[in-house]
Amino acid sequence: MDEQPPAASRRAADVAPRRSDKNPWNWLLLLPIVLPLLVPLYNRRDPELFGWPFFYWAQLAFVVVGVLTTTLVHRAHQRRKQG
Amino acid sequence: MDGINTVELAVFIAFFVVVTALGFGAARWRRAENLMHLDEWGLGGRSFGTWITWFLIGGDIYTAYTFVAVPALVFGAGAAGFFAVPYTVVVYPLIFLVVIRLWSVSHVRGFVTPADFVRSRFDSPTMALLVAITGIVATMPYIALQLVGIEAVLKTMGVTGELPIIVAFLILAVYTYSSGLRAPALIAFVKDTLIYLTIIVAVIVIPTKLGGWDVVFGAAEEKFDLAGSGGLLLPGTGQLQYATLALGSALALFLYPHSITGALAAKSRGTLQKNMSLLPVYSLALGFIALLGFMAIAAGTTPVDGDGNTIVPALFQQMFPSWFAGIAFAAVGIGALVPAAIMSIAAANLFTRNIYKEYLKKDATPTQEAKVAKLASLVVKVGAVAAIIFIDPQFSIDLQLIGGAIILQTLPSVGIGLYTRWLHRGALVAGWTAGMLTALWTLYEIPRLGPDGTVVREHFGGSAFSLGKLGLDTSTTVYAGFLALLVNLVVAVLVTVALRAMKVDDGVDGTADSDYTAEREDPSVRDLPDPLDSAAGDAARRG
Repeated sequence: MDEQPPAASRRAADVAPRRSDKNPWNWLLLLPIVLPLLVPLYNRRDPELFGWPFFYWAQLAFVVVGVLTTTLVHRAHQRRKQG
Repeated sequence: MDGINTVELAVFIAFFVVVTALGFGAARWRRAENLMHLDEWGLGGRSFGTWITWFLIGGDIYTAYTFVAVPALVFGAGAAGFFAVPYTVVVYPLIFLVVIRLWSVSHVRGFVTPADFVRSRFDSPTMALLVAITGIVATMPYIALQLVGIEAVLKTMGVTGELPIIVAFLILAVYTYSSGLRAPALIAFVKDTLIYLTIIVAVIVIPTKLGGWDVVFGAAEEKFDLAGSGGLLLPGTGQLQYATLALGSALALFLYPHSITGALAAKSRGTLQKNMSLLPVYSLALGFIALLGFMAIAAGTTPVDGDGNTIVPALFQQMFPSWFAGIAFAAVGIGALVPAAIMSIAAANLFTRNIYKEYLKKDATPTQEAKVAKLASLVVKVGAVAAIIFIDPQFSIDLQLIGGAIILQTLPSVGIGLYTRWLHRGALVAGWTAGMLTALWTLYEIPRLGPDGTVVREHFGGSAFSLGKLGLDTSTTVYAGFLALLVNLVVAVLVTVALRAMKVDDGVDGTADSDYTAEREDPSVRDLPDPLDSAAGDAARRG
């Protein structure tokens, strides 16, 4: 495997169909990546929720954003795989 | 805090015994025909479904040290310690598309380690060796830190001395030796059940006892105002550090050999993707765990022997009846064993595949390889125990800090390499070297400040590098590893342009484009790779 000649790569290319992992839904993933990095956006105290300053509950809310977006993108990939 | 708390210790030991039995039993669980193949031992046969993968990667990422150190940081510094939450939010979408490419290409080409991939993709044994060494060096202190987690719990129970830690790690060493990756995967079930139980109870019981969340945050604010350092919010100059530390740590996380080992053991691309959306559940738990630091402030908890890492165990001891505190301590203790086991297996794989087989014994048989990997994992663990006993624990904390910054320097080859091999193999080596030097220099230049702003230690005092040191007129700080990665990338790009202009040979790509999107059903995807595998074994396994 280490000293694989180019011929072997061509053979693998024959058996594995060419696919693309590009999908417009992927852009959705930017949201949970960019949001937590915009610190000035949430580095504040108000509005509070159940006694929690915004800084703390907002970041836990980002977790939920992350779960939702990755789930949506995963579903989109599966639809493409089946369809 | 005089003497040993017998109830806590009894519960703790009971769970430890159960886990040990599980660890040994794991060898028989989902058993393959032959555990003596490196793939069987080191990657659990690569057949872990969604739930096992979730527990395995979760156990891998959210370690005992995290559970102990993150709240300790929040206890001491406030908002800055909460970076662990954005860090674990950013990481999953960031690697959602990347890690499945690594899974595919590894399963087509039979790669067990990130260095295997670099070796084949860039046709560069040198860069592969650098990736392997970086991985081993970054992982070792990480294992040692797991011991710091166990030590904190033992200290709180009143158990002192080094013997208990040696015993705990001896048990760990023996069962990973006999069961490989199956042991941590199975134990992770127990660990997470205990962790979630503890967290849910803690988050409901402790704030209620203290008089509500506003009392908790109020007490923390009062403490930071009095101390004049730290705070409920970040200072203006600390925001860039917070964001770059979160991003840098997220990028580093899946470059660590142990996370890659966990990911490669998954059954399919779909399993991994599903996990990327399920793993953030741990991040929610981590957010609550971090806030235990504020609860400790409100409860007036004081760390045992001035050791900041004991703050959470001490809080549990203060707030819970002894039997439940024992359960919580067992959660932390077992939480240390899972990642330590995976990390030592990952480091052992790197040594076996990329140093032993590449440089020491090129014609090693699969059985020899598996034997060396097992021995190496023992050596790694003994090394970690020795590091804790003979060297100041603070030293391993510093080393771990350096570890995060240096593992980031493998991003151009391991991460970007999954998309393009435009970067020249020579440029990768140059970029790695530049990034490494920058990381070490910047970390060396960071002093540790005491609560009153005086310098306690001149070097290796943290990860926040002041941009003022570069001659910029600002007191803003940035994560040192992130800065080093930028230098690495710039050098890699410039040298690539130069080498390509000079038409220097960039080797032969050992992978094909279609490898990166291969699905489990494809004929090119294998469970066991050549040359570790015999054709007959492969056929039998595929059934």
